[in-house]
Amino acid sequence: MVHDIIIAAIVVVVAGGGAAGLVPYVRSRRRSLPPGGQAPAGGEGQPGRSGTQSGATATATLAPPEPGTVAPPDLTAPPDLTAPPEVPARVVEKPPPSAGRLTRLRGRLARSHSAIGSVLLNLISAGKLDEQAWEEIEDTLITADMGVGPARELVEELKTEVKVAGTTDPAAVRQMLRTDLIAMINPALDRTLHLARHGDRPSVVLVVGVNGTGKTTTCGKLGRLLVGDGKTVVLGAADTFRAAAADQLQTWGDRVGAKVVRSDREGADPASVAFEAVNVGIQQGVDSVIVDTAGRLHTKTGLMDELGKIKRVIEKHGSVDEVLLVLDATTGQNGLRQARVFAEVVDITGIILTKLDGTARGGIIIQVQRELGVPVKLVGLGEGSDDLAFFDPQVFIDAILGE
Amino acid sequence: MFETLSDRLNQVFSSLRGRGRLSPADIDATCREIRIALLEADVALPVVREFMAKVRERAGGAEVSEALNPAQQVIKIVNEELVAILGGEARRLRFAKVPPTVIMLAGLQGSGKTTLAAKLALWLKSQHNTPLLVAADLQRPNAVQQLQVLGERAGVPVFTPFPGNGVGDPIQAANLGIAEAEHKLHNVVIIDTAGRLGIDEEMMRQAADIRDAVDPDEILFVVDAMMGQDAVQTAQAFLTGVGYDGVVLTKLDGDARGGAALSIAQLTGKPVMFASTGEKLADFDVFHPDRMASRILDLGDVLTLIEQAERTFDQEQAATMADKLASGEGFTLEDFVEQLAMVRKLGPIGNLLGMLPGAAQNREALSKIDDKDLDRAAAIVNSMTVEERRNPKIINGSRRARIARGSGVTVGEVNQLILRFLESQKMMRQMMGSMPGMPGMRRQSKSRGKAKKKGKGGGRPAGAGRASQQSAKEALEQLAGLGQEAGAGGGMARGGPLGAGADGASPAALPGLTSLPGLGGGKGAIQFPGSGGFSAQPSKLPAAFRGRPGKQDR
Repeated sequence: MVHDIIIAAIVVVVAGGGAAGLVPYVRSRRRSLPPGGQAPAGGEGQPGRSGTQSGATATATLAPPEPGTVAPPDLTAPPDLTAPPEVPARVVEKPPPSAGRLTRLRGRLARSHSAIGSVLLNLISAGKLDEQAWEEIEDTLITADMGVGPARELVEELKTEVKVAGTTDPAAVRQMLRTDLIAMINPALDRTLHLARHGDRPSVVLVVGVNGTGKTTTCGKLGRLLVGDGKTVVLGAADTFRAAAADQLQTWGDRVGAKVVRSDREGADPASVAFEAVNVGIQQGVDSVIVDTAGRLHTKTGLMDELGKIKRVIEKHGSVDEVLLVLDATTGQNGLRQARVFAEVVDITGIILTKLDGTARGGIIIQVQRELGVPVKLVGLGEGSDDLAFFDPQVFIDAILGE
Repeated sequence: MFETLSDRLNQVFSSLRGRGRLSPADIDATCREIRIALLEADVALPVVREFMAKVRERAGGAEVSEALNPAQQVIKIVNEELVAILGGEARRLRFAKVPPTVIMLAGLQGSGKTTLAAKLALWLKSQHNTPLLVAADLQRPNAVQQLQVLGERAGVPVFTPFPGNGVGDPIQAANLGIAEAEHKLHNVVIIDTAGRLGIDEEMMRQAADIRDAVDPDEILFVVDAMMGQDAVQTAQAFLTGVGYDGVVLTKLDGDARGGAALSIAQLTGKPVMFASTGEKLADFDVFHPDRMASRILDLGDVLTLIEQAERTFDQEQAATMADKLASGEGFTLEDFVEQLAMVRKLGPIGNLLGMLPGAAQNREALSKIDDKDLDRAAAIVNSMTVEERRNPKIINGSRRARIARGSGVTVGEVNQLILRFLESQKMMRQMMGSMPGMPGMRRQSKSRGKAKKKGKGGGRPAGAGRASQQSAKEALEQLAGLGQEAGAGGGMARGGPLGAGADGASPAALPGLTSLPGLGGGKGAIQFPGSGGFSAQPSKLPAAFRGRPGKQDR
């Protein structure tokens, strides 16, 4: 009986409440509001996680150094934001610069792609491109998580090209395949990180993604990469949810001597930690601030609202320069849905594809790039602290095809 | 993807409605669509090939003779095959004859091992075990601390012989952990290992060394539900590298369709034993193969919806509501807001509706439904006086204007809401009227009492999942029964008035809900055969099935 009632309730609610909203009034989607257009005041969506937002009892143990600094605008009592304990007197590492990293790491990429590359080449080199061969090429592309649609499209295009050229010469076909694949990854997209300082304030990078894609690790590596390029950074540990996430980031920060801004209690408001991180960045006059956020599944509305709030609150200081979505190369077709939702909420400007050193190929980025126009900017190619490299479509494809 | 399997199949078969039998062409067309659906659900290609061959064979065979429509029939076969593979040999955790039982977790980085370790520990603890967590992930920075914090939350002791961050020997950590458990009389030891890649030989050897050192009773392979085609390689690499006895699927609370589960189950023959469905430590349960099958096929998931509802809804509240509804007139705007709040608690409304079978057809419309609309509706009602809520008829022009001002909407929206409400009130009354009566409801409530008692006696934790599933099935049975009555009775089928009501209420958005009351038939029927619970009433259900689709076809 209970279930009847429940279902009836849903029917009623939907028929009544839902429909009321479906009246063609122009509904302003709150999420797409221009940044800073609305003060993130009281009415913010409360994050759905328990145990957070108990800011009332917190007292600032470390007052902002300047009396005139703007306090986080949305909180009556900001949580404790203490600077990390003094960096222990250990040798601060000097990471290598970013240039040429992908070339160095090509071996790993080739390792992960050799299977698909050799299968494709075998099919092409067999010299007989009949229907079955084409189908197998399509299937091979599908196993790279490219998705059925794009794989089919690519094969159709290649088929036409081969017909037009009237050749089955393996080298020529291979060249066509290479060109088509590179075209699908669209080399024209701007893949640089825009991290120049804005006058008196640092550039800001926000790192977002679902759980377990490697956001915190990537933040650490990105910090190293920037330090290696001679920049100064501050890391913001706005992942206040996962146990020991801030400690993890702290470990990364200590290694390169970067300051880590964190809250000293779990479950603090991440937006205020992020805000404070940028604050510290301004005071210290660093080049960039990298803000790590908690992993959140894109289906959790409350958490996505929280993320939107983090971005809006940071924007009190000025624009957020890069919002990087961390995608795991093992992710399948769900990656597209993730990217869509994240793009809607925080307007991502780039993708970091991690864990490419495994057997996964990360083909999902093709669909993501095509649909959202957001380029892959960096790739993670291993567990080593300097295994994060700028993405280059040509090197990437050549590694797949195993030149 | 925008197009779900149900959408596509409906397209394929729109011209074939009414034809009762499967031609080879039908099978081909359906199989093609199912193949794409499986691939888009991230089922690995080799598995899809093998699977489709089997389906084709079965569909072409003698079984193809009943009066389901062709799409339904093929899907039914697919669903059964899926459940067969996924649910292969469901089994419980093996406990060691001489404690401690050793459980080792293995998986890729970021699949959720550490969190899962704590969840598993909490689950075991709730079954009167005394688990000990051992931190053998000494690789990732601060993984040890993470486990410590999680263990504290779960109230389970954590043994950390090494500080981690690259310091210490995981094999020794595991060994020490077992010694500790023997010493402190823990009956289960859960070893959290570092994430590793299948092709990382050194790390795989280390995992194998840990295995050899502690000789675990269970090795669980932890997989992310979002995983793509690579699941095959990874699963194989771990199977040869470490070997495992069971699979745990994590992050099932997202909207990934989880084809990886099928790939791994088919490829390795190892059962998926547990599923982790949320961020809280308690969001962990045994795996339900039937639901997973529906999810992979994108057929809607009524059982999960009901279970979720059961968890959220207060039983007494529901009972009060039932009485109110039964009296017809008693359903007021106050109740409406209360219901809104309850439904809101269940999660995003779009997700909720997506779980209803048949809703997929209206995905486009559903995606437009925003939770904010529900909130706005609640705001409107909250701006009314108590008197107005009880008797909306007294709301005149000036009251409307006041309400609109109070809730920050236009007068038009207030009008709409009131209109909708009156319509749904009427609908409610019709529904209650046509339902074979409140007596049925009373009967059901008695049996619910019984179920409760049983639950208590049998130890809630152990049977919790099954008990709630049981009652959910009961509910579905009842619905199916109603469908049957409706089908048999003809005329004003129960689905009739409500369906019409829903249609009328929101012509653009919700025709899909017409299939909601028809749970006993139509698309809903497709997933029942696989859910297993119905085989107990073979006499009752087939009739229900045949009743409805037949009607639709005509």
